[in-house]
Amino acid sequence: MDFNDTTEEAAFRSEARTWLEANAPKVNLSGKPEAELLKLAKAWQAKKAEARYACITWPKALGGRGGTPIQQVIFSQEEGKVGAPRGFFDIGLGMCIPTLMAFSDDATKERFVGPAVRGEEIWCQLFSEPSAGSDVAGLRTKAVRDGDDWVINGQKVWTSGAHYCDFGIVLVRTDPDVPKHKGLTMFWIDMKDPGVTVKPIHQMSGGSNFNEVYFENVRVTDSQRLGPVGDGWKVALVTLMNERLAVGGATGPNYPELLSLARSTPSGDSSALEDAAFREKLADWYVQAEGLKLTRFRSITALSRGQTPGPEASIGKIVSANQLQAMSTEAMEVLDQYGIISDPELAPLEAGFQQSVMWSAGLRIAGGTDEILKNIIAERVLGLPGDVRVDKDVAFKDMPTGL
Amino acid sequence: MNFDYSDDQKFLKSEARKFLDARATAKVNRAVLDDPTKSYDPDLWKAVAEMGWLGTAIPEAHGGLGLGHVELCAIAEELGRVVAPIPFASTVYFFAEALMLAGSDAQKADLLPKIAAGELIGCFATSEGPGAVTADRLSCTVDGGKLSGVKIPVTDGDIAHKAVVLASEGGKPSLFIVDLAGVARETLKTLDPSRSAAKLTFASAPAERLGGVGEGIALMEAVFDRAAVLIAFEQVGGADKCLEMAKEYALGRYAFGRTIAGYQAIKHKLADIYVKNELARSNAYYGAWALNTSASELPIAASAARIAGSEAFWFAAKENVQTHGGMGFTWAVDCHLYYRRAKQLGLVAGASRSWKERLVSQLERRNAA
Repeated sequence: MDFNDTTEEAAFRSEARTWLEANAPKVNLSGKPEAELLKLAKAWQAKKAEARYACITWPKALGGRGGTPIQQVIFSQEEGKVGAPRGFFDIGLGMCIPTLMAFSDDATKERFVGPAVRGEEIWCQLFSEPSAGSDVAGLRTKAVRDGDDWVINGQKVWTSGAHYCDFGIVLVRTDPDVPKHKGLTMFWIDMKDPGVTVKPIHQMSGGSNFNEVYFENVRVTDSQRLGPVGDGWKVALVTLMNERLAVGGATGPNYPELLSLARSTPSGDSSALEDAAFREKLADWYVQAEGLKLTRFRSITALSRGQTPGPEASIGKIVSANQLQAMSTEAMEVLDQYGIISDPELAPLEAGFQQSVMWSAGLRIAGGTDEILKNIIAERVLGLPGDVRVDKDVAFKDMPTGL
Repeated sequence: MNFDYSDDQKFLKSEARKFLDARATAKVNRAVLDDPTKSYDPDLWKAVAEMGWLGTAIPEAHGGLGLGHVELCAIAEELGRVVAPIPFASTVYFFAEALMLAGSDAQKADLLPKIAAGELIGCFATSEGPGAVTADRLSCTVDGGKLSGVKIPVTDGDIAHKAVVLASEGGKPSLFIVDLAGVARETLKTLDPSRSAAKLTFASAPAERLGGVGEGIALMEAVFDRAAVLIAFEQVGGADKCLEMAKEYALGRYAFGRTIAGYQAIKHKLADIYVKNELARSNAYYGAWALNTSASELPIAASAARIAGSEAFWFAAKENVQTHGGMGFTWAVDCHLYYRRAKQLGLVAGASRSWKERLVSQLERRNAA
């Protein structure tokens, strides 16, 4: 048991590090507007693609390196250290393009895979709708056949990056007369189509990380269909298989920042760090946070041994999102009345905890709610039965909607 | 990255499971639990000794297998799974570890081979009453090589041949090896009668110092660190078994027209157990690495392993009872064997409360450095 690279891994790490040192843009990313970050990220992605570091596990013919999953992990670790601009391409390369590769014809692959790998074109995933979140197969955006074309109308929601994306994959209803899972079809679409309108969502945290996307008579050709008509759910499962890899755990202040905050905040005759109740909670969060990090090490170990990681990877988001919310709440408690201040100029850590207390509420929902994730663990990991379902044999159009 | 058991270690673990599934059934635990005159199962103890497990981490020069602590952790996990009614933890995790940590060459040469051969049951005597023991409150004393005072509770104190005892000599706490042949012992009624405990009353018992003068508290903590990691594996094994029991029962239990395993109240409960078990396993592995490599991180790693292990096993044990409903509260169903053992293991190397305080003190020092 150790944390060391194998000889081959060490060689790859050293090679990657050398390349990163020579090529990574030495820029300070903090505080830069999104448009500028996007420009930097595109340039960086192109550079990586040229050196075959962009999609390490993909075949060389598709612009990849023909490398191993552990090489991808090693490169990402090293890339993280140099603070390179990234994140814009995760959904496209992690979810959309793999779906395209599995279900489109050669001409489509030829047209889109290369530009995506090089960061010239960015993709988004359009599944969730206002009335179809956890139960995404209940979606209502519809496509109606018109000759060789399909015409799409409806609305999607929570679409990350829709405002800067060039293309997207969209799951729509093509047959409302059959039960909900059976009437879906997947298409790829041009996000710059005049019938597509993107509106940012104003979140409770104040920011806008996601969008609403409206479709008004968006015409697509039948050649844009991914998989057979009515097989959209199966196609979507291929896309979603990769989601757990694309949506990471919580980022934000962690136990060391909380410890420092408590140390520097007075309480009674001493500091908040001397408070026994605080110390007990801090210990629990340390154990959780380290437990998660070490659980990732177990998954990486499986990759290093050429195996598939076990189901333990599924606990990451559910633990980290709840912990972030709990720790941020405790930080407010430590600050007492002052805790309410969220002005970065006044609040400690540039109001990092105040931001996290708001953001963590969303993190417990994004990419699978706590409740859905527990169902996934119960059903896919532990093998327990699915929930009671009353919609299996009912035509979609006859299902109660609550509207 | 190589943060898991190796193939050889996995093989050892699966062989241990086969052996224990056959030899350490719930019936074996219950034979000790139900009989107030029985403190352990001598047949299982003998069989485990014959497998060589007692000497897993003891060097070959001292009669052991000379494997390592990760191998011992693998065996501990399997022993925890079957709530084995034998003095393995007292003898191997505490007594033998104390000897390997602080013993002189002569002490090691004398005692380690006897442990490895299954001829010597050892125990670790520190507690003297309610609350965690400290240097200030220590009342056992050694004078002229004779130890006097009371230790309570001492796990396996009623069956052990020798004890490592924390006592004060000339006002300085140290550890001592004491032969228990002539020491008054009284078996105690405890939460988990499948693991016996005793009150030991020493009256000028001959005592031989283990380790340096005045090092008693530091050595006790170092022994606790090592034992905590090994016990964490027993806890992980027990917690995983509880999850399996709860799952199996829920799948077979029908209510309101279907298996209760399909209701979210049960599914989410079992998912919660799974999450805690995985966090505990990862923390335990880190402890195993630190123990096996004598890393300077051991005190922090052991604290985390102990806190996560105690939490996971207790949560799994109590929710396993809950999932079984009324049946879970009966003596006949095995849930309570794990409920009892979860408490026994959760307290035997000190309560989580103390470990959390220790952990934060160390984090403070690391954070300040």
